Amino acid sequence: MNAKKTRKAGGIGQLMIPLIALGVLILFNLIRDPGFFSISLSNTGVLTGNLVSVIDSASELAIIAMGMTLVTASCGGQDISVGAVGAIAGSIFVCTLQAMGRITIWSVILGIIFCIGVAIMFCCFNGTLVSVFKIQPMIATLILFSCGRSIAYWFSGSATPQLSSPIIVAMGITIPGIPVPTPIFAVVLMGILLSLVFRFTNLRLYTQSVGINQGAARLNGINPVMIKMLSFVILGVCVAIAGVIGVSRIGQIAHQTLLVEIEMDAILAVAIGGNSLGGGRFRVVGSVIGAYIIKMLTITLYAMSVAPANVKAYKAIVIILIVLAGSPVIRNRAAVLLNRFRIGKETKAAAKGVN
Amino acid sequence: MQNDTILTMRGIDKQFPGTRALSKVDFTLRKGEIHALMGENGAGKSTLIKVLTGVYEKDGGSIWLEGVEGEAHIHSPQDAQKLGIATVYQEITLCPNLTVAENMYIGRTEGQIVPWKEYEKKATALLNNLGIPARAKQELNHCSLAVQQMVAIARAVDMNCKVLILDEPTSSLDDKEVEMLFSLMRDLKSRGVGIIFVTHFLEQVYEVSDRITVLRNGELVGEYAIEDLPQVELVAKMMGKDLHDLSDLEQIGSKHKAEDEIIYEAQKISSSESKPFDFSIHKGEVNGFTGLLGSGRSESVRAIFGADRVTGGKVKMKGKEVKISKPHDAMKAGIGYLPEDRKKDGIIADLSVRENIILALQVMRGFFRPMSKAQMEAFADEYIKALNIKTASQDTLVGSLSGGNQQKVILARWLLTHPDYLILDEPTRGIDVGTKLEIQKLVLKLAAEENMSITFISSEIEEMLRTCSRLIVMRDRNIVGELTGDQLTQAQVMKTIAGGGQ
Ligand SMILES: Nc1ncnc2c1ncn2[C@@H]1O[C@H](COP(=O)(O)OP(=O)(O)OP(=O)(O)O)[C@@H](O)[C@H]1O
Ligand SMILES: [Mg+2]
Repeated sequence: MNAKKTRKAGGIGQLMIPLIALGVLILFNLIRDPGFFSISLSNTGVLTGNLVSVIDSASELAIIAMGMTLVTASCGGQDISVGAVGAIAGSIFVCTLQAMGRITIWSVILGIIFCIGVAIMFCCFNGTLVSVFKIQPMIATLILFSCGRSIAYWFSGSATPQLSSPIIVAMGITIPGIPVPTPIFAVVLMGILLSLVFRFTNLRLYTQSVGINQGAARLNGINPVMIKMLSFVILGVCVAIAGVIGVSRIGQIAHQTLLVEIEMDAILAVAIGGNSLGGGRFRVVGSVIGAYIIKMLTITLYAMSVAPANVKAYKAIVIILIVLAGSPVIRNRAAVLLNRFRIGKETKAAAKGVN
Repeated sequence: MQNDTILTMRGIDKQFPGTRALSKVDFTLRKGEIHALMGENGAGKSTLIKVLTGVYEKDGGSIWLEGVEGEAHIHSPQDAQKLGIATVYQEITLCPNLTVAENMYIGRTEGQIVPWKEYEKKATALLNNLGIPARAKQELNHCSLAVQQMVAIARAVDMNCKVLILDEPTSSLDDKEVEMLFSLMRDLKSRGVGIIFVTHFLEQVYEVSDRITVLRNGELVGEYAIEDLPQVELVAKMMGKDLHDLSDLEQIGSKHKAEDEIIYEAQKISSSESKPFDFSIHKGEVNGFTGLLGSGRSESVRAIFGADRVTGGKVKMKGKEVKISKPHDAMKAGIGYLPEDRKKDGIIADLSVRENIILALQVMRGFFRPMSKAQMEAFADEYIKALNIKTASQDTLVGSLSGGNQQKVILARWLLTHPDYLILDEPTRGIDVGTKLEIQKLVLKLAAEENMSITFISSEIEEMLRTCSRLIVMRDRNIVGELTGDQLTQAQVMKTIAGGGQ
């Protein structure tokens, strides 16, 4: 149905609800515990506090959500194998470093490049199924979702090798002398990188066109297969970076727990960010805010000493509320009410003018 | 109020962000009458209808229906359906991957178990009855646009409605199908159904309607009995211009003599949808493909543009051999193509007017060379003005524009690329009379002043006779004749289509 489209392109509209949700969460915490967001400098010279740990721990999620946004926009579906592919990437990273012996800056850089390459390969496998063979993304990515972690285990020679080096600690936790956790820089870097890509290419226009009306996009000279593949490639980069961060945090490859269940959170982040899961228009910023909302929520619940077993249930309730608030039905209702209110005021003003 | 009225709308208001689509509009429909709703593109016709059918909530005004105590409260299309209002919307809103029968009965079934077998039988009977060339079990997206339209009408007819609304139902039908539809409408009329009929074809209005209501810029101009409003006056009322201003509209300029240079030449070109054919066009020439719907005229031009899978043939552009296997190749070679099916192949509904206008040019510039915002705005502005596109702003989503204005956006998109050879498949579909002439003028002007070669396809033969200097006639996917010069008369075209002359 083409009806009920009263939205305008661009503007802050889409980000309204995630921003309000974030604001409400912050306010709620401030009322509950005015010191909740206090930040202090620990004796090792590192910033600590709830706010820092929210932003820090959301890094992997935020990065994956960026890629997921693009895949969602172009394919109208989601990749549920990101956690598993992340484990593969982490495993490749560890293997490369081990194969090279000593851990130096250069070997780390090489390891990162290598694992990005492998992650892109696996994502292209998904991308081919989706764009060339036109398989539903969720189904296509179910394959790697279920076997990816075994592949990761197999890559690292059926072992869980460890990495102990100050470089890895610097990557996963903090760089000595810098008070901000390193993963936060990774998010900022990825964000800048993506916005540069949007700035200097037509990626946004092409992706949105393909996601909204693939046939029409093709008749305007866009190659939908290429654009979908490209979104998977970018997701591959995001997943690899997230995998490296995850590995560096604990200095070990834990195949079963690295980025576990991150796929669902990433999809949620995209949805909370006001992006349509059916593809089309998108805002990457929205998804990143979504990621922070999810982590903030989790940490809030833990701080309220909700039993870990119950956290998921509470999380679900809040998320349902946010997603509902952003749903077309509620939005349209709100728009209608707002419209009535405005027209009411106008007529009153006009009546006054007549008098 | 007379007692044969079945529908009364009074003081209807509807506001969209940035647009006042309707203000204080009155509309009255009587029993057994065909009532034409007329107005330029964006006048508010579809909006009035959508308010009546509950797609939009009105901001003010009241609706009364015969047989309903007090004001009728219609908040959703289901409400309207229950009250006996059946609608065929301007943009086809059926489900393309369901079958014809499923489309006819979906949303109207009662009870838990749906007797599809029975429905299929009923659908088959109705299709035969109305002479619609479709099978009940056929998937809808395998039917032509015209047949899909007819199915939508059949669905409405089967509902035993009191009020039947047809929003531009004939824009994709050919003459015979239009006749079929009209006899159907007259039949319903004799049974006391009130019919609201929206169209931009003036002859059709005078052929079937009893009464006309004219809207302009969301306001009511007036309601007239058909006898009291001659065609010229109707146009004047729609456009808000005096009669003598109109006379210059009738002169659309003269055809221009094409140059000798051949711009595009194809030998034995074929696609998955079309048989091999030869075709060439000169620089600055305007030609046309004609033939009944389904004769293969659209498929042929799609083959030229590489819109379907190209299966063979040799193509020369300006004398140089080029390979065109996908739309991007054609664009690079300097060909533009405005597709027949606006909703499916043309607009990117969720993108803004600006993005829709610059899309093709942007793609031609390449992935790594995005235009600056200022440049895009300038281009969009230029064409919004040039084609008089009615939109609240450049940022408005193109899906919320009126049908005719969406069409203008796509036209703007291709004009902006300044192609050497432009293919226009039904560019005037859904466009109001005044603008139709403007577009024909534009086509002649582009050919004369910019030496653009243009292929112009239209269901209205007069339109093609006025603009084209050569007509290629098609029947059953084959070219059966080519008419030039003195042969360009309606009678000759009809004869060739029917298989009489050469
Ligand atoms: N959903 C919407 N959101 C915003 N504006 C809208 C929406 N629907 C219609 N409009 C605006 O309201 C005006 C009237 O549109 P409407 O579709 O009723 O025109 P119309 O008379 O049917 O024109 P056409 O002959 O081109 O179909 C237009 O300016 C259009 O842009
Ligand atoms: Mg309309």
